[in-house]
Amino acid sequence: MIARAAIAALLLACAAATSAVDPVSPNGENAAGMSALDMRLKRLEAELRCLVCQNQTLADSNADLADDLRREVRSLALAGKSDDDIKAYLVARYGDFVLYKPPVKPITWMLWFGPFALLAGGGAVWWVVLRRRARSTTPTATKADTAGEMRARKLLNGEDDVAV
Amino acid sequence: MKSLRWSLPLAIFVILVAFLWVGLSRDPREVPSPLIGKHAPAFELAKLHAPSETLATADLKGTVWLLNVWASWCVSCRVEHPLLVELAKANIVPVYGLDYKDEPDAGRAWLAQHGDPYTASIVDRDGRVGIDYGVYGVPETFLIDKAGVVRYKQIGPLTPEALKQKILPLVRELQK
Repeated sequence: MIARAAIAALLLACAAATSAVDPVSPNGENAAGMSALDMRLKRLEAELRCLVCQNQTLADSNADLADDLRREVRSLALAGKSDDDIKAYLVARYGDFVLYKPPVKPITWMLWFGPFALLAGGGAVWWVVLRRRARSTTPTATKADTAGEMRARKLLNGEDDVAV
Repeated sequence: MKSLRWSLPLAIFVILVAFLWVGLSRDPREVPSPLIGKHAPAFELAKLHAPSETLATADLKGTVWLLNVWASWCVSCRVEHPLLVELAKANIVPVYGLDYKDEPDAGRAWLAQHGDPYTASIVDRDGRVGIDYGVYGVPETFLIDKAGVVRYKQIGPLTPEALKQKILPLVRELQK
């Protein structure tokens, strides 16, 4: 419980730290000297995958292609395209793979809903097992209990111990 | 009901093995191209050996052609190059080369040294056409039909198997 509280506090601190960077100064630049466009691109590039080093985002990658794609994304943004337009532009060329967050469609249903289906399946099995166990153990336990109870009562009453 | 006790875990295990079997045997570097079945992105670029002339996708309407993305700096291009030279000699299908993000001088020198299998090479200095084609790992090869639709994409070097089993049968079918 203490560990959980500590993690929550840490996350809150991180959130506060990142939001502390956000406020934009009067000249349109924040403390790090980034313009609103830079910040928008940074956020967008963090959602896009570099195809050369596949586990890096476009923002993190040093690959030549990532450089070109960042330039392309910037020129599209300057041309007034929305984030969705830019994503669509890249998806048309490189496929859904460029998106770190894959869209929900029939081919990705397994990906999105599979874990929940597994959880539900596991829960169902657990429930069936528990119910079956409860049903099969209760009657025999009662029978054994009554036999034992009768024997104990006889002993308490001072009667001789007879094998049951 | 009793048989569920072992058949259910077994079924789950088999499904898991099947998924891992398929998943792990795939090459994660081969990202399926969304361009297959779509019109090849249009371009008009200067020719490598005749910089004053251009080649456009529109010029190739009515022919089945291969677009091979290569560069003088590309190491694996050397692996597939003899195969392309051989293919050019067989004269089955025209191969056009896209010299991707390359110095034209270096590109010309490279072709002089290793042989030029291309009907024509065109120069994509800044890689813009490469981006339109979703190029991310040179060499790449596209098969484009008479209507200008991309039918196949080979990511990485061409192999004799890919050529014999996939590309050439498809070329023959599309040329009919």
